[in-house]
Amino acid sequence: MSDSDTLTKTGLVALTGVNKHFGELHVLKDINLSIDQGEVVVVIGPSGSGKSTLCRAINRLETIDSGNILLDGQPLPSEGKALAKLRADVGMVFQSFNLFAHKTILQNVTLGPLKVRKTDPKQAEQRAMELLERVGVANQASKYPAQLSGGQQQRVAIARALAMDPKVILFDEPTSALDPEMIQEVLEVMIDLAKQGMTMVVVTHEMGFARTAANRVVFMADGEIVEEATPETFFTNPTSRRAQDFLGKILKH
Amino acid sequence: MFSVLTDNWPLFRDGFWLTIRLFLVSGVLSLVFGTALGAFRVSPVPALRGFGTGYVNILRNTPLTLVFAFLFFGAAKMDLALPNPFWTAVGALTIYTSAFICEVVRSGVNTIAPGQAEAARAVGMSFVQVLTIVVLPQAFRAIIPPLMSVLIALLKNTTIAAGFSVVEAGSIPAAMSERGENQLVTLFWITIGFLILIVPLIFLQRWAERRTAVA
Ligand SMILES: Nc1ncnc2c1ncn2[C@@H]1O[C@H](COP(=O)(O)OP(=O)(O)O)[C@@H](O)[C@H]1O
Ligand SMILES: [Mg+2]
Repeated sequence: MSDSDTLTKTGLVALTGVNKHFGELHVLKDINLSIDQGEVVVVIGPSGSGKSTLCRAINRLETIDSGNILLDGQPLPSEGKALAKLRADVGMVFQSFNLFAHKTILQNVTLGPLKVRKTDPKQAEQRAMELLERVGVANQASKYPAQLSGGQQQRVAIARALAMDPKVILFDEPTSALDPEMIQEVLEVMIDLAKQGMTMVVVTHEMGFARTAANRVVFMADGEIVEEATPETFFTNPTSRRAQDFLGKILKH
Repeated sequence: MFSVLTDNWPLFRDGFWLTIRLFLVSGVLSLVFGTALGAFRVSPVPALRGFGTGYVNILRNTPLTLVFAFLFFGAAKMDLALPNPFWTAVGALTIYTSAFICEVVRSGVNTIAPGQAEAARAVGMSFVQVLTIVVLPQAFRAIIPPLMSVLIALLKNTTIAAGFSVVEAGSIPAAMSERGENQLVTLFWITIGFLILIVPLIFLQRWAERRTAVA
């Protein structure tokens, strides 16, 4: 815990006193969280606790009511070109993949670099192929998303995020929509990324991933960060009542 | 039968040629303005959304003849120098048809899963890029059939211009009756003329649907 206190000042992503409401519903309650360069943070917690909203606030797909979010020391811009630039620097991988349905796998990966970064087409394509190779779907490059399995699509989505050379990648339950036999192939790609030093925020209930790759587990409930600890400590010795209840439930499965 | 057409060929030819021009010019302008209005209606800026909604609600519930009347007589009353009747008619048709195209575009956009736009935003695309690169190309397929209905309605709506001294095909019956020609046969030929104009639209629709067929 004392570790994370020092991170608060230096974090690549730093949230301080963040609050967010959806109408009457208080979905983020005074969130303080700092994520260091190269750190992998797993966010865990019951459904509806605000995990997705937290991710979406970090790249400003959702606005916040109060508090501060800093990326690389800079406050998130509120609109226009600066906001687009911020989003380009923050990768996002969704539960439902959200690959561009009318574009080929290769185009899905090159689209951002071409349209947002204005990368040279040859270079963008070469880099995209390297990334597709890295996530193991290079042989599907000319197909359309609907022709791929869920696990393949999610790996392409990771390649799409990587193509922007993001400072941090947010994963919102990246394996929750996958058939069990495909979960591992996606987790392996993510573990690989973690090993290579990518800064990652991962909402997931995959304890195996958390134990292998995470530096820290953040437990959320009812819009609050209830507990923060190393994976080992959190899973073997949760301190809060709510975390104990929650782990009890997911361990029964 | 045929003599009614052949004896008055220049009248028919000029009338339909003007109809075609009215249709093409108003059609293109309506597509441009209607798509822009549709973008307003799905934009993140509340003022633009409000404007789009207001525009559509007013124009869709106003009879087209009234829009024509406003432009032709209202402008004259206010001493606004409007261009010639052709362009005034184009204006009325465009103002009116844009509202319908806007709705077609908006409902087409709504058929696309929100995750598509979200992923595009997450990559850092601007609103216009999200719309033109990711959403509209996918929505296009859903847009084509209702769009064709709007365009066919526009073609028929051009006949209202006849009431405002634009000598398009809709003005042929009056001219023919002055010449003492058979009204029923005249109307028959005009109907045939409009059917002929609609055929290319149907082929255009087929072609567009085939082109956008998903892989
Ligand atoms: N766009 C929205 N409008 C209204 N309520 C929302 C919206 N998105 C999420 N919520 C609500 O906010 C709460 C937190 O949601 P979410 O962040 O998705 O939780 P989690 O990802 O932990 O399941 C839930 O109660 C959810 O119903
Ligand atoms: Mg969620």
